[in-house]
Amino acid sequence: MTDLAWIETALVGARPQVMGALLRYFRDLDRAEEAFQEACLRAMKTWPVKGPPRDPAAWLIFVGRNAELDSVRRDSRNTELPEDSAISDLGDAEADMAERLDDSHYRDDILRLMFICCHPDLPATQQVALALRIVCGLTVREIAAAFLVNEKAMEQRITRAKRRIMAADVPFGAPGAAERAERLAAVAAMIYLIFNEGYSASGGEEHVRAPLCVEAIRLARLLLRLFPAEPEVMGLLALMLLQHARTPARLDASGNIVLLEDQDRSLWSRDMIAEGLALVDKAMRHRRPGPYQIQAAIAALHARAARPEDTDWREIALLYQMLERMQPSPVVTLNRAVAVFKAEGPEAALALVEPLADRLSGYFYFHGVRGALLKELGRKAEARVAFDKAIALARTPAEAAHIRQHIDRLMKEGKTKEAAG
Amino acid sequence: MLYAILCYHDEDVVASWSKAEDDAVLAKRKRVQKDFIERGKMGPAVRLVPTTGATTIRGAGSEQVVLDGPFAETKEQLLGFYLVDCENLDEVIDFAKRLKEGESCTFEIRPVRLFEKGVIPELSEATA
Repeated sequence: MTDLAWIETALVGARPQVMGALLRYFRDLDRAEEAFQEACLRAMKTWPVKGPPRDPAAWLIFVGRNAELDSVRRDSRNTELPEDSAISDLGDAEADMAERLDDSHYRDDILRLMFICCHPDLPATQQVALALRIVCGLTVREIAAAFLVNEKAMEQRITRAKRRIMAADVPFGAPGAAERAERLAAVAAMIYLIFNEGYSASGGEEHVRAPLCVEAIRLARLLLRLFPAEPEVMGLLALMLLQHARTPARLDASGNIVLLEDQDRSLWSRDMIAEGLALVDKAMRHRRPGPYQIQAAIAALHARAARPEDTDWREIALLYQMLERMQPSPVVTLNRAVAVFKAEGPEAALALVEPLADRLSGYFYFHGVRGALLKELGRKAEARVAFDKAIALARTPAEAAHIRQHIDRLMKEGKTKEAAG
Repeated sequence: MLYAILCYHDEDVVASWSKAEDDAVLAKRKRVQKDFIERGKMGPAVRLVPTTGATTIRGAGSEQVVLDGPFAETKEQLLGFYLVDCENLDEVIDFAKRLKEGESCTFEIRPVRLFEKGVIPELSEATA
């Protein structure tokens, strides 16, 4: 790796810790960002000459804090600045400083940095945009591309969101155990939002959105390193790895969604699956199940099946039932119905689906599933009506195309049957 | 003589590689191994799951505890290893250097004494 590539990786890796510490010092996001920028500039100048510091994060925190304090002094009194090299030449100071950066401190720094992006007043998309900017350090241009909006609109959105969270009370004290657990849950939810923002891409925009999945996985890994014994964090990371492992098989050459059962499983990432399965295993040992662990366990059953027909649908149906109890939602019930269909047949599944009509009548997938079940039961006219509704509600051309395939199959089967009969 | 070639690197750096970069590294290493495979000198090649997937057991007797996470927090982590059969250290060094060509990771060579060759059928079938 070249110097510059190495430095860039180190800066990206150190960012959450450094930003977290700088935010604690300055209690101001803009100043923390300014200080981080300045520290990065000095790192690019100094590191190639003097070699990398032993602890890049400690170096950046120290230099960033001093640089920002200097600029404040300069603004107020116009005092003479120390030589740049004097600041950069930390020598033995670095070792002392690294010792003072005690672990528990920086753990809460990073958690706080992530947590302020989850402010409940911010809509989900703004939480995601803000976290990508502040925690991950993606440029506004990159974030705008991922959200398919122009750069200026995204810039304004992020500025507004920042103003909003800084106006709110940011908790700077060290959190208690209960508070820490709450923050952890909020941050986990935010990380999963980032992942889904990337994962829900279909067709053409996949290449610009996939990096969001990678960022989410990186954040979850960081979180797990800070809280290594939290089974739900293991579950979250496992869930995302197991889903992301399928990415190479999710779209066909023309950008259409390929359903799980039609995917070429040899394209799934074996490394990600191995890591995901290992984490599910680890999490289970704690016997403290939670929604992420259960969803990860479901994804694990899919990953373990060499062929679609090897899938343990009975176990998946049971897991969805557990999830339903923990987090009641019509969408979870709908997913359970699909598993029940595979395990027990269309009748039992349709019995689960019909009561959801009131709550899910505006949901594309509901009508798609209902149509497929009716088709299985030979109720073709009703199936056709359901599929038509699904098409009308499809959000993307890929979704519509997928339902159209169902209809085509329905029509074809109808014709062959007619011809045969 | 059997030797282990242990591969160390910052796992965050490796995790930040794109699939294309990762594939290129693996393809290069595979090319280098080809000659060793043909000459019957190549043992298993192993990649370890990142340290967040690690579990550690400490203590003895009733004080045994199972902990989440790696044995030690280090700046660079053991990411995988190779087992090779070589005449002497020079031959391993030469092979390891070719394997590592163009990479910033660190290789540690350790002579190995084999106790059991194992009975796992998968080990004689697996190819990555």
